[in-house]
Amino acid sequence: MKYEIRFSGSGGQGVITASVILGTAAALHDGKNVIQSQAYGPEARGGATKADVIIADEKILYPKAQHIDYLVSLTQKAANKFIKTLKKGGIVIIDGDFVELPDSPDYKIYRLPITSNTIAKFNRTTTLNVVAVGAFAEMAGLVSMDAVKKAVIENSPAGFEEMNIASFELGRDLARAAKKG
Amino acid sequence: MKEGKYTFVQGNIACAEGALYAGCSFFGGYPITPSTEIAEFMSEKLPLRGGKFIQMEDEIASIGSIIGAALSGAKSMTSTSGPGFSLMQELIGYACIAEVPCVIVNVMRGGPSTGLPTSPAQSDLLQAKWGTHGDHPTIALVPNSVEEMFTETVRAFNLAEYFRTPVIILGDEIIGHMREKFRLPEPGELEVIDRKLPDVDGLCRLPYRADGKHPACLPNFGASRFHVTGLNHDESGFPTMDPSIVQESNSRIIDKIYHQRELIDKVETKYCEDAEMLFLAVGSAARAAEEVVEEYRRKGIKAGLFRPVTLWPFPKKQFIPYAEKAKKIIVPEMNLGQLRTVVERFARSEKVIPVNLVNGEPLDPEFIMSTIEKCSK
Repeated sequence: MKYEIRFSGSGGQGVITASVILGTAAALHDGKNVIQSQAYGPEARGGATKADVIIADEKILYPKAQHIDYLVSLTQKAANKFIKTLKKGGIVIIDGDFVELPDSPDYKIYRLPITSNTIAKFNRTTTLNVVAVGAFAEMAGLVSMDAVKKAVIENSPAGFEEMNIASFELGRDLARAAKKG
Repeated sequence: MKEGKYTFVQGNIACAEGALYAGCSFFGGYPITPSTEIAEFMSEKLPLRGGKFIQMEDEIASIGSIIGAALSGAKSMTSTSGPGFSLMQELIGYACIAEVPCVIVNVMRGGPSTGLPTSPAQSDLLQAKWGTHGDHPTIALVPNSVEEMFTETVRAFNLAEYFRTPVIILGDEIIGHMREKFRLPEPGELEVIDRKLPDVDGLCRLPYRADGKHPACLPNFGASRFHVTGLNHDESGFPTMDPSIVQESNSRIIDKIYHQRELIDKVETKYCEDAEMLFLAVGSAARAAEEVVEEYRRKGIKAGLFRPVTLWPFPKKQFIPYAEKAKKIIVPEMNLGQLRTVVERFARSEKVIPVNLVNGEPLDPEFIMSTIEKCSK
């Protein structure tokens, strides 16, 4: 099996960190073959950033994502830009508070109120990216929850572990609710 | 998974870890995308191990600093990308003629000039070989995975110290920035070569007298005194214009490498024995090529991959037999045909299919296959 996951959003939202958390979980804690990569422009903030994770049982040769199975988009700009990279039959997770994409027979779309729930719970949007990781992990079931939790903690600055784990769980809750539909 | 300590880091970090493993104790550099993580990591870790990190004012000063540090006994390294690599060229030649061991990492990006700072390219393959003026030895290694960024950096230090010459590592933005899992070798697991010191105290009279085919031993400044110059010099290190000495010493610094190719050459081959379509590629382009080779083999096409891990000196002895047997030689590279010029020295140009991409996008398997299809029509 081989899956390609693309996190996308605006530079500064933590899209790359989200992919690193997922990659660390799958590579070091679930024992998979993983490559994480990113592409960005010269600017430090803004723009449409993407960060990809390839998770496979077999050796990964070409290291860049080619046919995206799961697209997570936190901004409209990123969603518009990367929706065409999604494989037919792929799954899209968007921040329903800000992003809108039409329904399509080509993909299944989940609209999660990520920003509003993150603000309601933490009074800020800092951990939006970790909420997205939780949502993806719950939705896709490709990595074990223990592995992701370990990776969340490993990638947290000291003192933010608890908040990040709570954010991860919030993401899972949102995904469970969306699945029930 | 094999037992051991695994890590999931960027290629650039693996390179810096490899440098520490090899015993690097001095880093002088100037930050530039996409190599900055190497300098960043070294600035944090080197001082903790008693090493020195200096951020220099530019890349000319950076390579000057590592040459000076190497002469004083340190294993030294700098890292940069295309624009900085251009600035370093003159002093790379200085390190060649003064026979100073050092490691220069160039994480390649789009060019020419400032080009595409955050995008991948393989634009400096020939600059690594011919960038500095004058005839000179060149050893350049091209890793294609995060693990190789570690192991090839260790090897780069070993070759630099053994041959008393600068060694260049050609990474690219993809390999430098991607994260991949690898097992950190235990101390002692990989060979680490330290430079041979001469048996002298005080004044070293003949720091450039070679020991047969081996390079001369390098005395450390501080422990002894000797003369270092970029002018042609005799065995004492002082300038000379004596034609026979200059002829001999200019040849010697190149011959010391060519006479011991077995210590330098490294290639990876896959299905080359019966390959009718032979792919020649390095770095991240080789990973795309490998995927195409696997795809072709599944379709029953006899494809094979020849990947020089040591690009310079070019492994022609290993390449020529496969190149002669192959019906087509495909050369995918993220430049406009640098490796192709090398291949065409060993194979008829009608046999060669160039696959070139310079738009800042990664060279992917589909692009290689579509280019081959177009050329075959």
